[in-house]
Amino acid sequence: MEQPKIGYFGKYGGRFVPEMLMPALLELEAAYNEAKAKPEFWKELDEYLRNYVGRPTPLYKAAKLAASLAGGDNGNNYPRIYLKREDLAHTGAHKINNTMGQVLLAKYMGKKEIIAETGAGQHGVATATAAALFGMSCRVYMGAKDIERQQPNVKRMQLLGAEVIPVNQGSETLKDAINEALRDWVTTIRQTYYVMGSVVGPHPYPSMVRDFQSVIGREARTQILEQEGRLPDTLVACVGGGSNAMGLFAPFLDTEVNLVGVEAAGEGLITGHHSATLAEGVDGVLHGAFSLILQDEHGQVLEAHSVAPGLDYPGVGPEHASLHALERAKYFYVTDDEALNAVITLSRTEGIIPALESAHAVAYALKILPELPSSHCMIINLSGRGDKDLNIITSQLEGRL
Amino acid sequence: MSRIHNTFTKLDESKRTALIPCLVAGDPDLETTLEAARELAERGADILELIVPFSDPMADGPTIQAASQRALAGGVNLKAILDAVTELRQQIELPIVMMTYLNPVFRMGMSEFGRQAKKAGVDGVILPELPVEEAPPWSRVAEDAGLDTIFLASPTSGPERLAEICKASTGFVYAVTLTGTTGARESLPEELIQNLTRLRMMSPKPVAAGFGISGPEAVRRLAPHADGLIIGSALVKMMEEGSKNEKIRRLGEAVTELKAAIEMA
Ligand SMILES: Cc1ncc(COP(=O)(O)O)c(C=O)c1O
Repeated sequence: MEQPKIGYFGKYGGRFVPEMLMPALLELEAAYNEAKAKPEFWKELDEYLRNYVGRPTPLYKAAKLAASLAGGDNGNNYPRIYLKREDLAHTGAHKINNTMGQVLLAKYMGKKEIIAETGAGQHGVATATAAALFGMSCRVYMGAKDIERQQPNVKRMQLLGAEVIPVNQGSETLKDAINEALRDWVTTIRQTYYVMGSVVGPHPYPSMVRDFQSVIGREARTQILEQEGRLPDTLVACVGGGSNAMGLFAPFLDTEVNLVGVEAAGEGLITGHHSATLAEGVDGVLHGAFSLILQDEHGQVLEAHSVAPGLDYPGVGPEHASLHALERAKYFYVTDDEALNAVITLSRTEGIIPALESAHAVAYALKILPELPSSHCMIINLSGRGDKDLNIITSQLEGRL
Repeated sequence: MSRIHNTFTKLDESKRTALIPCLVAGDPDLETTLEAARELAERGADILELIVPFSDPMADGPTIQAASQRALAGGVNLKAILDAVTELRQQIELPIVMMTYLNPVFRMGMSEFGRQAKKAGVDGVILPELPVEEAPPWSRVAEDAGLDTIFLASPTSGPERLAEICKASTGFVYAVTLTGTTGARESLPEELIQNLTRLRMMSPKPVAAGFGISGPEAVRRLAPHADGLIIGSALVKMMEEGSKNEKIRRLGEAVTELKAAIEMA
C-alpha cells in the first residue's frame, strides 16, 4: 500500500527537492506542526502582529473609487468596494505576516541564520525586519534586474542589516533569486532557516505561508460582517506566487463567495511577455512543487515578464493550481498598462498609492465594476503600498503625471 | 541483469572502482557530445553519465550551470538527446546513465520518457529532485521499462532514510560527498570516508561517490572507499573553451589521468 500523499492539493504540490534538503524539510514540517499546536506560539505571534505590525489592518470602503466609475455622485447607488489595507502593515505590504510567523518559528527551532529570496524586495524587507527584531543574521537573494528597479527596498534591507546578494543568472528576477537561495540552502542547510516568501516551493511552505497569511482573510471576514452585516460577493487579489491571494481566500473557502485571482498579463498574452501562469502554464515541477509553469514544449522554463517585480514569476503556488482546476477560484489577468492606469486612478480618487502588484487587483475591479449591480459587495486586497515603485511608475508614465 | 549491474560485477571481480565521467549533453552541440563520449569510452570510462541541460538547475554549481546554458543556447532538447543516445548506443558498449531535472521528463510524459530512454539505450536514470517519498510513480515506470533508478544519498540523510534510499535504488546508489551544489572542490569533508564506509556496509548495491571530486588526487584517496567515482564539473570544465578538437583532446587527457589514478589506488 502506498502512503497517503503528504503536502498535496489534489494532484498539485509535493516535495520535489534534492535529498540534501529532505531532512531539513521534514524537520521544518515537524517543528511547524508542533508550534501550530501550541497556544503560546500563536499568542506570541499575535502580540507581534498587533503591536509591532499594526494589525488588524483597516477594511476601508473606497466610496470615491466606486463613485468615479459610476460617473459622478449618484447617492449611495454603486457597488461597494472595500480595500483590505495591507499597505498599512509595517514595512508596507502583506509579506510581514508571513515573515513574522516564519522567523518566530526559526527562533523556536534554535536557528540564528536566515536566508530568503525576494522579487519586489517587499519579502526581503519583511524578512530583514523580522531578522533584525529577533537578532538573527540575514542574507537575501535578489535578481540584478529587480535590484535595479526596486532600489528603495535594497537600501532598506541594507539599513536593516541584511546582506543583499545580486543574482546575475537567467532573467535576473525572482525565479533566479529562488534558485540561488536554494543553492545557498543546500550548502548551509545545517544552520540556516529558509524563509520562503510565497505559497510556492516544497511542502510544508505552501500550507505554512498560507496559514500565516490567513490573518488577512480572517480579519476581513470579521470586518465585513461588522460593516455590511453580510459576507462579500467577491474577493479580488493579485497573484504572483499567490500568498496575499491565498491569505485572503483561505478563510472564505467554506463559503459561496467568489474568489478572483489576478495575474500579470505584462505586455499582453499574445506577445509572450507576461506572467500569467494559471492562464498559460502547463503542469510541471519548478522550485520543489508540482504546479503550473510557464514553459516551452521541451519543458524548459520560460522567462516571465511584468512591470510589477513581485508578479514576475513563471510559476504559481500549487494550491492555486488546484483551486483553478476545481474552478473554486477564477483567475483573470490585466496588462502592465491597465495596472499603471489603476495606480493613477486609485491615487487620485482615494489618495492611496498602491504597489504595482496590488494595482493589478484594482485594475481588474475597475474593468468589471461598470457591469456590477449596485448591490454588489467586493473586497480588494491592497497587498502593498507603491513607494517602492515610484521610479518605475514615473518613468512608465512619463508626461502623464 | 542490467548493463550497470554487469559492469559493477566485473569490476568487483578485479577489485576495481568504476570511473564515471559526466558530460552535459549538447554542450555546445550534440556532435561534440557524441565525439566526447566516444573519447571517454576509449580512455577507459566504465559508465557514462549524460546530464540533460535544464533552464533552472538548482542542484548545480557554476560550471554545470554554464554548460547547461551553452547547450540550451545551441537548441538542444530531451528528444534530440535521446536520438543522439540511439546513435551512441551503436558505437559504445558501456552503460549510459542519464541525469535530468524533472520538468523535461514531465513535459514528455513520464511513461513516454521511460519507453523512449530504454529504446535509445539508456540504462539508468538519476532524478536529482526526486526523493524516495515522491518516487513510487516513477519507479513503476522505470521497472516496466527496464531502467535502473539511481537515488541520491546525502550527508544529511539519517540511517532510516539511507536504508530507504538503498532499497529504492537499482543499479547503484549515488553518494553525494558534501552538502552543497555540484562543482569541483579543493577539499572534501573530513567525515566523507567514514560516511562512504557506513553506506557501503548497509547497501546491498554498489555505491558511487560524486560531487566535488576535482582530479587525480581526490580520486586516489577515494577510490578504495567507493565502488564508483563520478566526475562531473572537473570534466565538464574541459568543454568550456577552444575548438572542438581542443576540447576533446583536453577531455581525453584529463580522463586518462583519472583512469591512471583509479588504477593506482
Ligand atoms: C505588494 C505585493 N503584492 C503582491 C506580491 C506578490 O506575491 P504574492 O502573490 O505571493 O502575494 C508581492 C511580491 O513581492 C508584493 O510585494
